[in-house]
Parts: sequence; C-alpha cells; structure tokens
Amino acid sequence: MELLLHQVMAGLATGGIYACMALAVVMIFQAIDHLNFAQGEMAMFSTFIAWQVMQWGQPYWVAFVAAVVLSFVGGVLIERVLFRPIHNAPVLSSLVAFIALFSILNSAAGYLWDYTIKTFPTPFGHKPLLAGLADTHEAGMIGVTLGLLGLLYLFFRGTRLGLAMRAAAANPESARLVGIRVGWMTALGWGMAASIGAVAGMLIAPVVFLEPNMMLGVLLYGFAGAVLGGLTSPGGAVLGGFAVGVIENVAGTFIPYVGRELKLTIALILIVAVLMVRPSGLFGRSVVSRV
Amino acid sequence: MNSGPPMLEVRGLHAFYGQNQALHGVSFDIGEGHIRTLLGANGAGKTTVLRALSGMVRTNGDIRFDGRAIAGWATEDIVRLGIAHVPEGRGTFLRVSVEENLQLGAMTRRDKAGIAADIEQVYAHFPRLRERRRQQAGTLSGGEQQMLAVGRALMLRPRLMLLDEPSFGLAPLIVEELFGILREVNRETGVAMLVVEQNAALALELAEHAYLLETGHIVMDAPAAVIGADEGIRRAYLGY
Repeated sequence: MELLLHQVMAGLATGGIYACMALAVVMIFQAIDHLNFAQGEMAMFSTFIAWQVMQWGQPYWVAFVAAVVLSFVGGVLIERVLFRPIHNAPVLSSLVAFIALFSILNSAAGYLWDYTIKTFPTPFGHKPLLAGLADTHEAGMIGVTLGLLGLLYLFFRGTRLGLAMRAAAANPESARLVGIRVGWMTALGWGMAASIGAVAGMLIAPVVFLEPNMMLGVLLYGFAGAVLGGLTSPGGAVLGGFAVGVIENVAGTFIPYVGRELKLTIALILIVAVLMVRPSGLFGRSVVSRV
Repeated sequence: MNSGPPMLEVRGLHAFYGQNQALHGVSFDIGEGHIRTLLGANGAGKTTVLRALSGMVRTNGDIRFDGRAIAGWATEDIVRLGIAHVPEGRGTFLRVSVEENLQLGAMTRRDKAGIAADIEQVYAHFPRLRERRRQQAGTLSGGEQQMLAVGRALMLRPRLMLLDEPSFGLAPLIVEELFGILREVNRETGVAMLVVEQNAALALELAEHAYLLETGHIVMDAPAAVIGADEGIRRAYLGY
C-alpha cells in the first residue's frame, strides 16, 4: 500500500512534466488542427536560449522572460515562414514540415550548444516534501502548470481575442466572414504554444537535464496525455498528463516485466487504446449539432 | 434613391473554381438601402456571385463599393467595409454559445456599449435567441441557426447584407417570420440586401428588383413585379 502511494505521488510529480507538454501540444492543435511533432524540440531550443542568457550572467528570471518572449516571436515566425505557405496543402506536407522543423532545431541546438548534458537551475529548489515522496521543484512545476491552465482558461473564455482565436480555429471560413484575421490568429496560437513550450522546457530541464535530445521521451508522454485527456480540451490534456505519469509509474512497479525499459511502450499502448475506445479523449468534446 | 454612383457596382464579373469558370461577365448594381434578389436554378452561379463579392473565390472584373475597387481584397477586409455575408449552411460557430456567436459578429467593432445595445436589438427581433443565449449554438434548430446567422450579420452594423438561401431547409412559418424580420430590419436600418433564393415567389415579394441568372450569365434584369407577373419566365426559370 505504501509502495503504491509512493508510486502514485512520484507519478504525479513526473506527470507534471507531461501535463505541461500536453498543454503546449493542445494549444497548437487548437490553432492548426495538427499535432506538432516538433513541439518538444521547440521547447528544448527555448530552454537553451534561457540557458544561454544565464551563461551571459543574467539572473534566472531575466532568462525566463527572455526565453518566453523570444519563443513567442519564434513561434509566430515559424508559422509565417514555414507553415503559412503550405496551410492549404495536404496533411502529409505539414507532417514533412514538422519533421524538417524537428531536425533543424535538434541539429541547430547540437551545433550551437553541443550534445554534452548541462544542468539547469530551478527557482523552487529541491527540498524534499511529504517525507521524500516529492520535492519543491516538482510541486512548483505542478503549480505553474495549473496556473498556466487557469490563465489560458481566462484568456479563451473571458476575452474577445480568445473568442476570436477559438472561432478562427473551429470555423475559419465563418471567422473571415465576421472580419477575423484568421492567419494572424493561427500565428498567435503558434506564438502562445511556443511560449508555453518554453515554460514547460524550463521546468522539465532541471529534472531530465538539458541537451538536444531531452524532449524525445517527454513529448511522447505529452502526446499520450493530450490524447488521453482529449486534444480539444486543455484541462483534459493536463489531467491526462498527470494520469500518464501515474500509470507509467504504477505499471512500471507492479506489472512484472514492464520495469523501466518498457515504460515508454506503455505510453504508446495508451495512445492506441484511447484512440480505439474513445477517439475524442476523456474530456474532449465531440461537436453536437442538429440540422 | 441618391444621384451619385450606386453603393455596389459590379461590372463584367468572372469567377473561377480551379479551371472551371462559374461566372461569365456578370454586371449589376445595388443602391443604398435597396433589396435585390438573385434568382436561378441550382448551379446557375448564384452562390458564386455572393462568394465573389466577399472575396472567397478567384475573380476577374470590376467590383466597386462606394466607388472603391474591392476585387481581389481579402474577405476580412471586405467585411470591414460593412458587407455582411450570411453564408450557405449558416456558418454557425457550433461550439460557442448563442451570445458568443453574436459577439463574434461584432468582432471588428470597438464600441462596447453599442455592441451590447445591438445584441439586445437582435434579441428583440428574435426572442427565441434570447431564451437560448447561453446554449451551445450547435444545439439550435435549423430555423434558430438561420436567425442566429442573420443576427450575427447584423452585429456588424452592415451597409450591405448578402443572404445565401435564407429559407433553405426551414418550415414555411419560420420562413415567413424570417422574411418579415428582414423587411423590418431593412426599413429600420436602411441596410441594403442581396438575397439569393431558390424560393422565387418569396424573394420576389421581398425584393423590389430581381436578376435572373443562368449558367453564369444574367439573362434578365427587371423589377420584381415584372418578373413575378410574367408567366412564361416563371414557368421557364422559377418553377412555380
């Protein structure tokens, strides 16, 4: 029993990482209706920017803000330069562009900052909490993720710009007919997702350490969380992220043969299972309509 | 009505879907506050005319609004001139509430008080929308969604409304109510309307002038009363 509780708590702590990533994944999905396979690499690159700013002698929060702002600009630019020209092209073209973006960012980070593993600081420290089941960084990470979620909720439900972004994503043609500049809404969605990804990366880096391939596993878990919770529901994605963390830990401990090696397989099994049983995810909305 | 050039002037309008040409040199005018209708069989190009005016298809030719050439403009910039398009299929934002749909209609405006007043005005025209204001728009009936589409267009405070088959799929009583409200809105706000309709009898009652479209050409351009009275035209083109 105590082992189970311990594993659940540890799962929630790592789940915070996936929740953060899942949130960024859902943001882009809302804006462009595609999964962004380069999302993890974008987050990794943003984290390197923060690291670089700190290497230049700036304090953590300056680096943090710089990374968030630069990532926003970068996200908008990626949409304008790379995805704008192909927004009417078939899905496969976007997929290839995502893969290109993935390897460009991965290689560029390797070229600029090399592949050695670097430590990344946390503003929350690493003091143990709850008799060593979690630590302050993990608690801080969960807090920031939930805080971000709350801000996003307020933005999308409570502001005109948020409403316009939702409308542009759900029904671009109608959105144009009420005068919404749909292209800019998409770019804004990319910018926001890149910023959220930057925050996620900076929270994740103290745990997994900073290097160009740091996000490979995390992104898969993030996808699993997003699919589990529902790609149309930011709140669901965050919950899904936590759930994936717990499932991964508990299964790794209690199911024989799974162990550490097959943990990633669990994420993939989860994705396939959810897509088969409930494609809209636990909290995703399938549209109700009458004609 | 006024002596200057008409509000909307269309000259030699051609439209294309890929390689296919849907309009072959269409020309017509709409003056301030006028209601005109575009009649014709399925596939005659009626919807394409509206889509061309809103910049939603590739066109050739001249479209002027207040004397300004707007052919080739982006849809969202055309809308900002005060041209509201109630599209085929109603264009409802299904996942947001009825009231949010109306707010979306006013997305280009900044005057908070005016927007609130206009939402009240729309509810006054369509009391059923007020009852359902918090409801997800996707759950509305077809008639309610059509009212919402008209309401959303009115939120722009348009000078010209393009209505694509507003009667489509609606029960006769609802249609009558809707057209009554369109007439009322036209009288109260002086908004001009271009109405595309399958239901020719209805459209000829609403509009003072009609254009008859056949395979991308305007084959007749006459007062609604004249077309409505001509049995030959009615039989040949309008099916009633």
